Amino acid sequence: MTISEDKYEAVIGLEVHAQLSTITKIFCGCSARFGAEPNSQTCPVCLGMPGVLPVLNEKAVEFAIKMGLATNCTISEHNVFARKNYFYPDLPKGYQISQFEHPICKNGRVEVETDGEKHTIRINRIHLEEDAGKSVHDEDFVDAGSSLVDLNRCGTPLIEIVTEPDLRTPQQAHAYLSLIRQLVRYLRICDGNMEQGSLRCDANVSVRRKGETELGTKTELKNMNSLRNVENALTYEIQRQVSLLESGRTVEQATLLWDPSSGTAQIMRVKEEAHDYRYFPDPDLVRLEIAEDYVRQLKKMLPELPAVRRQRFMDQYGLPEYDAEILTSSRELADYYEQTVKIINDAKLVSNWVLGDVLRVLNDKKIEIKEFPISEIRFAELLKLIREGKISSSAAKKVFDVLLTSDKSADVIVKEMGLIQVSDDSAIESMVKEVLAEYPDEVNAYKNGKTGLIGFFVGQVMRKSAGKANPKIVNSILLRLLSP
Amino acid sequence: MTLREYVREIKRGKLSAAESLQSFQKKCDEYSHLNAFITLLNERAMQRAGWIDEEISRGADPGPLAGTIFAIKDNINIAGVRTSCASRILENFNSPFDATVIRKLTDAGAVFIGKTNMDEFAMGSSNENSYFGNVKNSVDESRVPGGSSGGSAVAVAAGMAQAALGSDTGGSIRQPAAFSGVVGLKPTYGRVSRFGLVAFASSLDQIGPLTGTVDDAALILGVISGHDERDSTSSREPVPDFHSFINRDIRGIRIGVNRAVLEKGIQPEIGDRLQKLTDYLQASGAEIVEISLEKTLEFGIAAYYIIATAEASSNLARFDGVRYGYRDDRQETLAGMYRSTRQNGFGEEVRRRIMLGTYVLSSGYYDAYYKKALQVRHLIKKEFDEAFGKVDTILTPTTPATAFAMGEKISDPLEMYLSDIFTVSANLAGICGINVPVGMDASGLPIGVQFMANAFEEGKLFRVADFVEKNFK
Repeated sequence: MTISEDKYEAVIGLEVHAQLSTITKIFCGCSARFGAEPNSQTCPVCLGMPGVLPVLNEKAVEFAIKMGLATNCTISEHNVFARKNYFYPDLPKGYQISQFEHPICKNGRVEVETDGEKHTIRINRIHLEEDAGKSVHDEDFVDAGSSLVDLNRCGTPLIEIVTEPDLRTPQQAHAYLSLIRQLVRYLRICDGNMEQGSLRCDANVSVRRKGETELGTKTELKNMNSLRNVENALTYEIQRQVSLLESGRTVEQATLLWDPSSGTAQIMRVKEEAHDYRYFPDPDLVRLEIAEDYVRQLKKMLPELPAVRRQRFMDQYGLPEYDAEILTSSRELADYYEQTVKIINDAKLVSNWVLGDVLRVLNDKKIEIKEFPISEIRFAELLKLIREGKISSSAAKKVFDVLLTSDKSADVIVKEMGLIQVSDDSAIESMVKEVLAEYPDEVNAYKNGKTGLIGFFVGQVMRKSAGKANPKIVNSILLRLLSP
Repeated sequence: MTLREYVREIKRGKLSAAESLQSFQKKCDEYSHLNAFITLLNERAMQRAGWIDEEISRGADPGPLAGTIFAIKDNINIAGVRTSCASRILENFNSPFDATVIRKLTDAGAVFIGKTNMDEFAMGSSNENSYFGNVKNSVDESRVPGGSSGGSAVAVAAGMAQAALGSDTGGSIRQPAAFSGVVGLKPTYGRVSRFGLVAFASSLDQIGPLTGTVDDAALILGVISGHDERDSTSSREPVPDFHSFINRDIRGIRIGVNRAVLEKGIQPEIGDRLQKLTDYLQASGAEIVEISLEKTLEFGIAAYYIIATAEASSNLARFDGVRYGYRDDRQETLAGMYRSTRQNGFGEEVRRRIMLGTYVLSSGYYDAYYKKALQVRHLIKKEFDEAFGKVDTILTPTTPATAFAMGEKISDPLEMYLSDIFTVSANLAGICGINVPVGMDASGLPIGVQFMANAFEEGKLFRVADFVEKNFK
């Protein structure tokens, strides 16, 4: 951080759009699935044909309320949908159905942590709206100077989550956004995929001298399609604004597009070009009344949320905060962990393996835990063999690798590969004796105080047993036989 | 012959739908200069009529409107048929789906003879705002037929169809019905599904029948009413047997009248006729009650033209040249394409209303215009609520004057808008209203009166209007 930046602080507010993963669109029966053939998931309603009317998808309402509850919002009893009017080729009706004066959720808050410090971020509102289609310009199949429109996305339900200007650093913005992503995934209301655009973030940012209470002139940043982009774009923009002020110039209110490849932001439009959206209540939709009872019901149905689950993992399983944090990073991973623990009841052993080998495989293969080939039962069987001393941990890693590609149980694999650990004391003892006989010099050296050689003897016994001897037993027999 | 009588004969095989259609088609030929239709569905209608006849001959029941010949306003979608809304911008637009009312009429056995001319996007009171040319009043061809459902009114008045569907946003069924001497019903908001009706002002629009008799309107309303899951604003209110309100007396019916109406500069003959009718109703056992319509008459038009244009400015945004309809391809930029498409695609009145509506919704003006208009709308509703606490139905003229001459008001929009003074408030309040012909003025032009009743009380309208139609001379 430069000195001039040290004199300033940034004020950041985020607007996050999350595509709700309902089966159908928000106002018609078309599929809302991502990635279909362009314009194949459309009907007269989402195409804005003359004479059509919207009918609200109640699932979208349910999802929005869940997000409101998860972020400690008040859920509005009376809801009004409004039209946001503007012309664009990917907006078939010439207006977007959204909420304006009466959003579905209001006045929430969440907590994020950066550098060991907790920050409360207030949520101004969460409102429901429909997504627009997609204009395609830069693809090979589009003639220069023309645009094509894909309306598959048009009418996909969105929630827009708007914070108060409570964020102060790009790191906090990163932490907030990753929390929001984690929440929507826990709630299973959005897949949280920023690259595909199912989670999108715009930022409003201004800077002011530390100690000031008035807000500086803000700019709006768009097109940041990853957590890292959000952080980088904010860092860039804060720096730009500070430099302007430091050189005696002023910040102009504008909307900027982040360009990740150049690491800079381009001005898209200035204040004078701002739209007048002429919001007014949509007369095609009746008021949406949300009963308190319904909200209570949904509240009961909410899953255990990440912060609570993390704390429980620490309390119940005695895990360190770091382990608990990672294990609860996704609902599915936490479920996988808990299911496995339920079977073999060894919280630490499971945690070590999940944090180690399981996550390594997930990272290497770039897959999610739900695509992980080893079920909790088969995983627990493997861990059980370790705990009971039937296989060594090095043998266990071999079995683990086979489990990834085979349907066989750990038991069968161990037998087939001949990896059963020899825990028979007499068998091990005779091997130990053989080794000691083979290395009389080393035995003497050990007895003269070079006790570090114990590792060497263990290694030799293990080699003799082709890795099958239980190292703990080997160790104890060695100690006994070598003791004076 | 009423529609019920006709359907009975069709079902008995005494009349053939195909032959009946032919005779109506002949009338369409004969009166083609009235320009009541934008599209005639000759072959399609003939196939359909033939099918109805076959069904009957094999003993099936095609429904309560078997073989009836309908004209449909050209802002109501029929699958595979052009829906132009009398606009250049939709000159070549074929709808891919049926409106709910079309599906219901089809299920009831109706035959569609054609799509009727109208004011562009239902904006107008004279049918002079059509891209496809004026419609002439069949009673006097130098006169306008009223609007915006002018083609539907003339189709019924001139016998080119047995019945028609129109849409009524501020009087667009009742006013042309009055000018053309037919019955026109605007049902309660939410009574009839709007799905498939090209929206002008969504909170005011309602589809309704134009017919030769009150009983015909009752029969048709029974068919097209009811909740539609594709229209969130359609009501779940039960649909009564409207026929039970036909051929009844009016003893004890409380009818609200308002003396101030007569001071609103209405044509004296209309005032006279209204007075005679009031006396007659009283003599027939009705109770005449003076009520206040002060706010309605004072602010109705102003509130209506703000709310209707605001909604229209948004509803008509979809006609942008991108996906369907007319597009000006000569433009280099997107903004240029939008501007030119809409400049050339819409007529003057439509453009005027889009501008008005855009203005009243603009930030900085919203509170002064749109919000204020909503407040006025609320007051008008309250005024009607109070009135309907005292009366069953309210009687007013339908229009201040009988059909005016073509060209007479087209250059003075404000004057034109005032011809809706008695009709707009039913739309603002969401209640129902009906026009019944009650005679002629000195030039032989039809005079119509309007009965209004509270929401979902169309039965009361049918009862008094049917009584007037059959007894008042």
